[in-house]
Amino acid sequence: MSSEVALDFHSGVSSLTDSHHAHDAHEHHHHETFISKYVFSMDHKMIAKQFLITGMFWAVLGGLMSVLFRLQLGYPDSTFPWLEDILGKWAKGGHITPEAYYALVTTHGTVLVFFVLTAGLSGTFANFLIPLQVGARDMASPFMNMLSFWFFFIAGVVMLSSIFVETGPFSGGWTAYPPLSALGSASPGSKTGMDLWIISMALFVVSSLLGGLNYIATILNMRTKGMSMTRLPLTIWALFFTAVLGVLSFPVLFSGFILLIFDRNFGTSFYLSDIFVNGAGALPNEGGSAILYQHLFWFLGHPEVYIILLPAMGMVSEILSTNARKPIFGYMAMIGSMFAIAILAFLVWAHHMFVTGLNPFLGSIFVLLTLLIAVPSAIKVFNWLTTLWRGNIRFTPAMLFAIGFVSLFISGGLTGIWLGNSALDIHLHDTYFVIAHFHIVMGVASMFGMFAGIYHWFPKMYGRFLNNTLGYVHFWITITGAYLIFWPMHYEGLAGMPRRYYDYSIWESFKQFGDLNRFISTVAMIVFATQILFLANFFYSIFKGRKLRSLNPWGSNTLEWTTPIKPGHGNWPGEIPEVYRWAYDYGKDGADFISQTTPVGADESVH
Amino acid sequence: MFLVIAVVILFFLVIFQIAKASEYVAILKGEKNSKLQTNKINGFLMVVFLVLGLIGVWYCNQLFFPKTLFRFGSASVQGEKVDSMLWVTIAVTGSVFIATQILLFWFAFKYQEKPGKKVFYFPHNTNLELLWTVVPAIVLTVLVVIGLRNWFSFTGEAPKDALVVEVTGKQFGWIFRYPGSDNQLGKKYYRNIDNASNSLGLVWDDKMSHDDIVTEQTVYIIKDKPCKFIIGSRDVIHDVGLSQFRMKMDAVPGIPTTMWFTPKYTTKEMQERTGNPNFAYEISCDQMCGNGHYSMKGIIQVVTQSEYDEWMAKQKPYYYTAFPDKEPSNAKPSVDSTKKVVAFKEISNTQKSNSKI
Repeated sequence: MSSEVALDFHSGVSSLTDSHHAHDAHEHHHHETFISKYVFSMDHKMIAKQFLITGMFWAVLGGLMSVLFRLQLGYPDSTFPWLEDILGKWAKGGHITPEAYYALVTTHGTVLVFFVLTAGLSGTFANFLIPLQVGARDMASPFMNMLSFWFFFIAGVVMLSSIFVETGPFSGGWTAYPPLSALGSASPGSKTGMDLWIISMALFVVSSLLGGLNYIATILNMRTKGMSMTRLPLTIWALFFTAVLGVLSFPVLFSGFILLIFDRNFGTSFYLSDIFVNGAGALPNEGGSAILYQHLFWFLGHPEVYIILLPAMGMVSEILSTNARKPIFGYMAMIGSMFAIAILAFLVWAHHMFVTGLNPFLGSIFVLLTLLIAVPSAIKVFNWLTTLWRGNIRFTPAMLFAIGFVSLFISGGLTGIWLGNSALDIHLHDTYFVIAHFHIVMGVASMFGMFAGIYHWFPKMYGRFLNNTLGYVHFWITITGAYLIFWPMHYEGLAGMPRRYYDYSIWESFKQFGDLNRFISTVAMIVFATQILFLANFFYSIFKGRKLRSLNPWGSNTLEWTTPIKPGHGNWPGEIPEVYRWAYDYGKDGADFISQTTPVGADESVH
Repeated sequence: MFLVIAVVILFFLVIFQIAKASEYVAILKGEKNSKLQTNKINGFLMVVFLVLGLIGVWYCNQLFFPKTLFRFGSASVQGEKVDSMLWVTIAVTGSVFIATQILLFWFAFKYQEKPGKKVFYFPHNTNLELLWTVVPAIVLTVLVVIGLRNWFSFTGEAPKDALVVEVTGKQFGWIFRYPGSDNQLGKKYYRNIDNASNSLGLVWDDKMSHDDIVTEQTVYIIKDKPCKFIIGSRDVIHDVGLSQFRMKMDAVPGIPTTMWFTPKYTTKEMQERTGNPNFAYEISCDQMCGNGHYSMKGIIQVVTQSEYDEWMAKQKPYYYTAFPDKEPSNAKPSVDSTKKVVAFKEISNTQKSNSKI
């Protein structure tokens, strides 16, 4: 057991003055119970791990759901008796029912977008890296931080419970458009399951807001001496913009949900008008607009994809630079482009609504703004390529995933240019082209960012290394598999093949892809199994991984590598180091790396 | 099934053991050497992945491009612009794709770690950065201009002589309504809906609804004549997806939307062109609408003007389905579709002059 130098940590408040801690260098037993250390922890590093492991749980569940519904898509005519053993009435006769199929795709989307890629990505790395990289002992409010995890946890419990209700979980697509999501008479999944879904989402929004406010406050107020904003690593800039995006856009989603709750339960007509449902007859609601919900939803929905993407971008910048032993190219441009992306993220939401019948002039404004956002994205790609150019690249598993991220971001980002052009979007909207686009650019790319972050910072989290060979296997199988799964889907979309279809056999226009669908399903199962291999590596290495022998195994410049191998409460046992330079002096003046804590020499060149 | 799981687990255990063993081997060989060796392998794999990847892209295209609709071109006049814009977009994004992916994987391979290599400390370069800000901006502006010109032409007003048909989506099918001989669609109110006798809730007090013709699932439109769909929904949001025509529009309850296009080929002609006797212009619902979303198929029959007139002559106003005794041509309920119904003009004329009816 490693000896942790526990500090006198005044609960709830981090002290800014280091002198307060200087005389605590002697061993001070801070009494921690199992509960206070591992369960209701207020230490940002433990909270980060809680987010990570909970996120992993949801990734397995959500991924498993995709394997199940791909079973239907790949083998629509087959029956699997064991399915009925597991799913009961949802797979009568060994065949997934349409109700079950739609519940699976809905929950898959919801769980992966929010629980895995938002909480699991931002929650983990914002919590872990922000105090360590800005030079703070913990977050601005460790108590709020703890609450942000537990709200996420409870949101998960509620979502899990919705799977077991009689009428089934919500099944109207993760976007939850009314009137379908408002009317239990339109779909059984819109009954109790939908109420639970909304409650779960509301709790999740609370969690995100608590976290986001904390991240912003910590980054702005608790940087160590010398850490000006322009010396911050790009991970922190990315997490900062992410938090701002979240704080400004999640409340709008929340308001959309409140109106939906009212329409569902209190007889209002925000989204409902002129509706006659088979079996229920004509509803009394008049005057509402179903499109209003879409505006409110996508006002979050679009920034949400950047909330998912930006942290991955920040980490990739960091990891590419460290492992190429070269500074990130265009640091200021990287910040500027993230800033541009953050602003534009708020101005493009209606590109999800081109075919709703909105005013064409309004549509054209959104086309302009959407294609504009391609410019900062392009800048980032070129900067990453230039970072690699003439470097001295070490292929750690983290580096492989970072390179994979760039490849996927190029592929998925370029198809965004197709979709952002409204005249093309008319043909491609709600087809498999869209599925291919967002899975590549958001699903897989951000997942790769998350993997890169895990492989890179695992040593800091647990004082041990993940197994390299398993890491290489994980990477090469996953990137190959991901491209094999999603690339052909572009063609299905170009053929007009709609998304969210349970079965294509009655469609003369779309039934030509039977063999392809089977192929995709097979690859999906292999890729999913490979992730299990990764999880085995992760949990095994926590206890039995190769131990770290040095403080700074990657030769990195940033502050987190100046703490002890297993940092305790308060991160630095003595004073927090002072910062004298930016984070990217790799290969400067012939030196391999120069830590941020090294003062600037008299004869150093100016960059 | 369990055998499969057992085999997979066994496979994993084997990989796991190999991985653990390789870690020990690395330590024995000396970390520096083994790191360089695995580095070389991964660098090599980068290039292999690039080459196989590009070949895969090409091969995938060979396999699946013929299965898309672009081989036969757009079946609507307006959709031709979609296809041409698609080619421009492919040209631009495709070249960027190939160039950047090659650079990425080639750089990864070429600049892999070599002992004693000095990196090039290159934190920024204003000219380079300006170049790759301005060039993408210009290229994207061109794409925007082309795209918006097309967008405004699609979403502009339909020609005055367009054939107007109202399309209503419901769980789970399509209802079509023609305006009849007065060329006006009568009023409707959703609270009048009754599945047996008034599926659209037409207001019978409004005389203009008396000649409206209502059909389900199949709609007839005319080759080379612009067709304007006025689209709505009875319950949740649906979407009229017309892949062959490159057109799509949401069907929203309470908010009518419109879409228009000019079909170029009759259904028969398309069957010949594609060599598929089963070809049909299908309406696919393109917005999640419930558990039957995948089963909402509509059929568009594109026919010549004379075929359309012939078909239309056989149609009866929906009014007579609601009020069968009001039907002039026969006293008994009008379910007999073999009986030839007199065309509307004749009925209304004879109604005026013939007291027998």
